[in-house]
Amino acid sequence: MTVLIKTLGFSLALMLIFTVVTYVLPQMKGEAPEDRDVDVAALTMESFISLGEELYLGKGTCTLCHNDLGRAPDLLALNVVNTSLKRIGDPFYQGHAMDAAGYLRESMLDPDVFVVRGFGKKGSDDTESPMSAIDKPPIQLSDVEISAIIAFLQAKDGNPVTVALPAQTPASLVAADEKTEPIKPMLAQNGKEAIAKYACAACHAILDTEAAIGPGLNDVGKRLSIDQIRESVIAPNAVIVEGYPPVMPDLSGTMVVKELELIVRFLAEQTGDQP
Amino acid sequence: MLHRHVNPTPFACPEYGALQDRTIIIRGKQEVSGSRYPLWNWRQVLLVMMVAIIGLSGSGFSSVASAAGQAAAQQITSVNNDVPTDESESSLVPAPKPERSDYPNIGVSSRSLVWVIAQMHLFFGALVLAVPIFVLVIELIGFRTKDDRYDDMAHEFMKISLTAYAITALFGGALTLCLFLFYPDLMTYMTTRVFGAQMLVYATLFFLESLLLYVYYYGWYALRYGNRKWIHLTLGLLLNAVGTTLLVVANSWTTFMMAPSGIDAAGAVVGNIWEVMRGPLWNPLNLHRFIANIAFGGAVVGAYAAFKFLCAKTAAEKAHYDWMGYTSNFIAILAFLPLPFAGYWLMAEIYAYSQQMGILAMGGILAWLFVIQAVLICTILFAGNYYLWSGMARTEGSQRYRWLIKYIAAVLVLGFLVWVTPHNIIFSTDELARLGGSNHSVLGPLGIMPAKNIAVFLMLIFTFLSFQIYRRADKVITVSWERWANALMIAIYIVASMNVIFAGIYYGYFTNTVYKVGSSVMQVGSTLVVIVSGVVIDTFLFKGAKTLPVSWGKISGRSQYALFALPVAFTWLMALMGYVRSSVRTHWHVYAVMKDNSSDNFIPTLKHVGNMVTFTTVLFLMFLLFIFWVANLSGVKQVPGLGLANRAAAEGVA
Repeated sequence: MTVLIKTLGFSLALMLIFTVVTYVLPQMKGEAPEDRDVDVAALTMESFISLGEELYLGKGTCTLCHNDLGRAPDLLALNVVNTSLKRIGDPFYQGHAMDAAGYLRESMLDPDVFVVRGFGKKGSDDTESPMSAIDKPPIQLSDVEISAIIAFLQAKDGNPVTVALPAQTPASLVAADEKTEPIKPMLAQNGKEAIAKYACAACHAILDTEAAIGPGLNDVGKRLSIDQIRESVIAPNAVIVEGYPPVMPDLSGTMVVKELELIVRFLAEQTGDQP
Repeated sequence: MLHRHVNPTPFACPEYGALQDRTIIIRGKQEVSGSRYPLWNWRQVLLVMMVAIIGLSGSGFSSVASAAGQAAAQQITSVNNDVPTDESESSLVPAPKPERSDYPNIGVSSRSLVWVIAQMHLFFGALVLAVPIFVLVIELIGFRTKDDRYDDMAHEFMKISLTAYAITALFGGALTLCLFLFYPDLMTYMTTRVFGAQMLVYATLFFLESLLLYVYYYGWYALRYGNRKWIHLTLGLLLNAVGTTLLVVANSWTTFMMAPSGIDAAGAVVGNIWEVMRGPLWNPLNLHRFIANIAFGGAVVGAYAAFKFLCAKTAAEKAHYDWMGYTSNFIAILAFLPLPFAGYWLMAEIYAYSQQMGILAMGGILAWLFVIQAVLICTILFAGNYYLWSGMARTEGSQRYRWLIKYIAAVLVLGFLVWVTPHNIIFSTDELARLGGSNHSVLGPLGIMPAKNIAVFLMLIFTFLSFQIYRRADKVITVSWERWANALMIAIYIVASMNVIFAGIYYGYFTNTVYKVGSSVMQVGSTLVVIVSGVVIDTFLFKGAKTLPVSWGKISGRSQYALFALPVAFTWLMALMGYVRSSVRTHWHVYAVMKDNSSDNFIPTLKHVGNMVTFTTVLFLMFLLFIFWVANLSGVKQVPGLGLANRAAAEGVA
C-alpha cells in the first residue's frame, strides 16, 4: 500500500507540475470568425479602412506570415503602395495590374503572379508562393473584405485610398469581432489630433489639461523610451505605475497604426522642457 | 508596484521544434542476481527493427482494404452510370454546412466529452497495438535462444494487453456513439459519403484482430515448442499486420480531416477510396504513431515492472523485475530516439500542405504548447538517462565510464534551458529598460527554432552516448583495434555535434527564414550517423568481448521512479500533441471544406488544455492500475484453509 501511495503521489505530482506550466503561460483563446451583416450603405471611408485593418489583423490572418519574423514581407513596416508600384515594374512580374490597388488585389487572389525573391515555396525557385488565395477556404474573404484590406494598406502610410466604397449591400459581410463599431471618425493627421481623438487628456495631464486619473504625460518623453511609450498604449495594463488604477481602456481594437505612431512620436517629444 | 504581463498576441509566441506523441509488458521466472538476465544485444535491436518494418508493411494490407473499397466504389459508380442524370449528380453532393442549431445540445460540452473518450480510446489503442509488436520480438528471441524466461515474460505482457483490448473496444464504442450523437452531419458525411465501404473493411479487420488476439494468447502454451512455435509466431505476425492496418486505416480518417484529398473544393467525393486515404499527411502520421506507440507501450510496461520491483520481497523477485524494467526502458528509449525525425517529417508535410496551418502550430496561438512539450520531452530524456546511469551500478565495469555522466548531464540541462526559453515576452518597463528591448540581446536568439533544434539534437546525441556507455559497462573489449574504433567513435561524436551546431547557426541566423528548415536535414543526418555508426562499431567491438557479471536487482529504489516519470510524461505528451494536431484545423471539421459551427469551435486557453490533458492522464492511470490488478488477480488462487496464494504455488500445493 505504501508503494502504491508513493508511486501514485509521485505520478500525480509530476502531472501537477505539467499542469502548472500551462497556467503560467499566456492564456489565449482562438475564436472562430463569426459571420455578421454589415450595413455597407452606412460605411464611410474611415470605417471601411478600419474594417480593413480588423480583417488584416483578424480573420484575414495576414499577420501570421506578414510580420517581422521574416516569413513574408512585413507589410506594416513597408510603404505598400510604393513597393507595389516597384513590383509592377519588376521584370519578373507576370501579372496585369496597372496600379497599386490592382497589384494588391492580384497578389491576394493569385499569389503566384509575383513571388518576392526568397519567399517562394521551397524548391520552386520563387515561382510558387506558399500563400493561399484569400478568397478561397480556409480564409475565404469576400470581394468587399479584400477591398477593405487594400484600403487599409493604402491608408496606413498616408497614401490616398483608391478603392471605392462598396456600392451596394452584400448579403453577408464577415467581420472578425462583433463588438467592433462599424463607423469611425476621421483619421487624425497629427499627434495632437490623435491625442484629442482618443481623449487621452480626460485622464492624463497632457497639452493644457491637468487630469490626474492617470500619470502626467507632459514629461513622459524624459521618463520612458519610445518603445515603452508604444507598449503603454498598446498594452496599457502591462505596466501599472504605482498609485494609479488600471483603468485605461484597451485601444488596440480601434486605433489604427498610423495614429498610434503619431501619438507615440508626439509623446516621446514631451520632455517637460516645452514652453 | 509594477505588474508583469505576458504578451497576449500571437506575435509574441516562440517558435519551437516539433516532436510528438505515443505502446508493452513483461514477466518471467524469478531468478537471483547474476548475468542470467541478458542485456539486449544489437542483433536483438535489429530484430526489433525488422518486426517494425514488417509491422509497417501492414500498410500493404490497407492497399488491399482500400482496393476492396475502391472496387465497391467503382461498382456503385457503374450502377449510378446506368441511371439517369439526377442520380449521377447525387454522387457529387458537397459536404454539409451545419448551422449552430444542427448540433445537439445536452447541456455539457460535446467537445470535452468526445475529447476525453477519444483520448482514452487512443491511449488504450496505442497500448494494445504496440504490446503485440514487442511481445512477438521477445517471443522470437526466447525461441531462438531457447530461454523460456523470454517466453513467459512475453505471455505476461499479452495478459495485460488482453484486458486493455476490451477497454479499448469499450471506449471505441462509446466514442462512435458520442460522435454520431453530437456531430451527426460530420459523421454522416465521413461514413456514408467519403469513406463508405472502407468503414466495413475496418470493422472486418477489427473482428479479425480480436480473433487473432484470442487465438494468439490462449494458444500460447498449446503452441509453445518445436514446429508449433512457428505457427504461434505466424499468428503473432498476422496479429501485428492486422493491428497495424487498423492503425493506418483509422489514421486516414484523421489525416483526411486535416488535409483532405480525393474531394473537390465543395467536399464532393471525386476520387476513389485510395485517393481519399492517401492524403499528404497520411504516411507521416502512420510512421509517427507507429514509433510513438512502441515508445509509449515500453514506458507503460516499465511502470508495471517498477511497481513490482518496489513491492518485491525477495532478491529473486527484485532481480526479475529489475530485468523487466531495464527491458522496458530499452524499448521505450530505443523507439523514442527516432521519434523526433518522424515528428519533423510530419511537421514538414504540414507546412508543405498549408503554411498557414504550420505557422499556426509552430508560431501562432498553439506555439506556446511547445514550451510544455519541451518540459515533457526533457522529463523523458532526464528520466531515461537517469535510469541508465543508475543501472550502471549493476556492474563494476561501469566505473570506467562514470566520469562521462556529469558532462552528459550538463548538455541535457543546457539543452533543456535553451528549449524552454521563449522568444518574446513583454516585461515591465523597468525590466524592458534593463534588457534594452523586448528581446534579450543574448537570450532572445535562443527563443527561435534553430536554437531549439541545436538543443534537441545535442540532447538526442548525448542520450545515445548514455545508452552506449551503459551497453559497454559490462564488456571488456578484446579486439586489437579497440583504440582505433574508440578514436573513430569520438571523432564521429565531435564532428556530428559540431555539424548540428554549425547547421543550426548558419541556417538559423544567416539565411532567410524560409530556408531555416534546411538545417534540420543536416542535423537529422548527423544524429542518425552517430546512432547508426555507434551500433555498427559496437557490434564489431563486442565480438569476443569478455562479459562482466551483472547484478540484477542491484539498483536503487529511487531509480524506479524514473520508470514512473516516463509513462506519465509520455501519456501527457501524447494527449497534448494529439490536441495540437487536432487544433490546427481551427474552426473546421474538415479543413477548408466543412466548417465547425458548434459552440466549441474555438481554440481553448492553455490552462483548459492542461486541465483536460491531466484529467485524461489521471483517468488512464486509474484504468491502468485496474488492468495491472486484474492481470495479477489471474495469478492468485484461493486455497481452502490457506487463503489466497500464488496460483502456481497453490497448484504445487494441491
